[in-house]
Amino acid sequence: MSAMPAVVAINTFREAVRDRVLYNLIFFSLMMIGAAILVGQVSLGIDRIVIINLGLSAISIFGIIMAIFIGVGLVYKEMEKRTLYSLLAKPVRRWQFLIGKFGGLLLTLIVNTSLMTLGLAVALFYVSRHFESSDTTILVAIYFILLELGLITALALFFSCFSSPMLSTLYTLGIYVAGVFAPDIKGISEFTKSPELAAMGKFVYYVLPNFHNFNVIAAAAHGEAVRAALILQNTLYAIVYVAVILVAAAAVFSGRDLK
Amino acid sequence: MTNAAIEIEGLTKDYPVGFWRNRKRRSLDNLTLEVEQGETFGFLGPNGAGKTTTLKLLMGLIFPTSGTARVNGRSIDDVRMHREIGYMPEQPYFYDYLTARELLDYFARFFGYSAAERHQRITRFLELVGLSSAANVQLRKFSKGMLQRVGIAQAILHDPHVVFLDEPMSGLDPLGRREVRDIILNLKREGRTIFFSTHILTDAEVLCDRVAVLVGGKLQGVGAPGEIVSMDALGMEILLELREGRALPQTLAGRAKQTGSRYHLEVPEAELYAALEELRSCEARILSVTPTRPSLEDYFLKLVRHENTVMHPAEVILK
Repeated sequence: MSAMPAVVAINTFREAVRDRVLYNLIFFSLMMIGAAILVGQVSLGIDRIVIINLGLSAISIFGIIMAIFIGVGLVYKEMEKRTLYSLLAKPVRRWQFLIGKFGGLLLTLIVNTSLMTLGLAVALFYVSRHFESSDTTILVAIYFILLELGLITALALFFSCFSSPMLSTLYTLGIYVAGVFAPDIKGISEFTKSPELAAMGKFVYYVLPNFHNFNVIAAAAHGEAVRAALILQNTLYAIVYVAVILVAAAAVFSGRDLK
Repeated sequence: MTNAAIEIEGLTKDYPVGFWRNRKRRSLDNLTLEVEQGETFGFLGPNGAGKTTTLKLLMGLIFPTSGTARVNGRSIDDVRMHREIGYMPEQPYFYDYLTARELLDYFARFFGYSAAERHQRITRFLELVGLSSAANVQLRKFSKGMLQRVGIAQAILHDPHVVFLDEPMSGLDPLGRREVRDIILNLKREGRTIFFSTHILTDAEVLCDRVAVLVGGKLQGVGAPGEIVSMDALGMEILLELREGRALPQTLAGRAKQTGSRYHLEVPEAELYAALEELRSCEARILSVTPTRPSLEDYFLKLVRHENTVMHPAEVILK
């Protein structure tokens, strides 16, 4: 990241921290402590599965909520409050500002996710008193969650360039839900007799981000390995998709009159 | 080669209006203007005249429908132009979770200063705008006047050649206005070009080498404040008291304003001696006779009231 976006990114991270965004970690910690104690008492040999499932799902949900709700205000809030006026009078280009905002929120999400991962590891160690070699899949699942959060952040940022936070939330959430069910949408469309519906299903499958492939929580809970090809495929997919969305966001924002 | 710090040529801005955004409202109409290096230039006009639109266009916050502008020889599209300029927006609002020092540090980073240089500059400029004691207070606890000062500090932090200030005195108490005025005078002494919009005409009169008056998006006149206002004919004001039992002559009574025991009488210069003669006949006590010259405010109000008055540019462009 060049100097200008990095300056914006660090300030965006600082804003999130000062807005007490990381307080969600307290809820996460309490939840993990409660789950660990409960699982320890009613252990039926599935304590590890429960903790991993619960921990990874919580990390994912907490991250998605943060990515959407902070992401949709990233640009809009700066335009509404006119904090952008002084900033854009400095030698910083609009696309650099956008990359900085994206980087700042991603940094926040990485820090947040890392701390929650640490909490999950502590809870896991508390219930089973050991780590297994298959636990590395948990780290792959965390990595996929981060890729997913990057995609969601880029989408929210894109909508934030031209739409109000409420509408941007609806759009981002809508695309996320459609993306999670992308394979189902494609499957259903293949069974339909209507060629239009089939085409639409295919369109949704190929154009909207496919979030389904990023979910390996069940595999991680059961200690199953994740194929290296899937790791590579998801990484490339996320990078390309995020790049395309950010270019689109820059194109929209660069030509926009500020209020 | 031109010595202009700011060159504006035919700058026009239309905003789409209406539900379908198919109609247009012209906010700035074919503005052509030059500001010389080192000049303090006042941009005057009532609310909605197009002052802020002009500044936003120059800063690249909005884009012109037509026309061009250059600052220090660089096009306003060129991001390098922003290294040489400072800008304070109208009613500045900053990240309120930051302290004044943190905000200035954030902005200073865009100019690539080292940590030591940033610290030294921030300390100097906080002192200049009288905020040293509030340097580590979060901006959410700042008053409007204090935010205005932070706004000025961030605009001049990098020693820009050209400083744009949008209504720098608005919302300030008399003391605050005086302090901002002193800061502007200081910048002027340092040889910087200052372009500021205002509707406080006394400030413009005191500070500006030249002013431009904008009404309804159109430039109405450009010139030195003294030269602009001296175009109109001078009048004379007579201050007098009447002896007990005496009344003003009929011819003057209608024109006089009474304040306590005193009368203010305004007459055209050509009628001064005739008026004095009449006052002598009623044994009035003349306290003073002062030539009245129209102020910049009078000129301004005249333009605003007669927005459609055709002003021949040659009458007002004074270089």
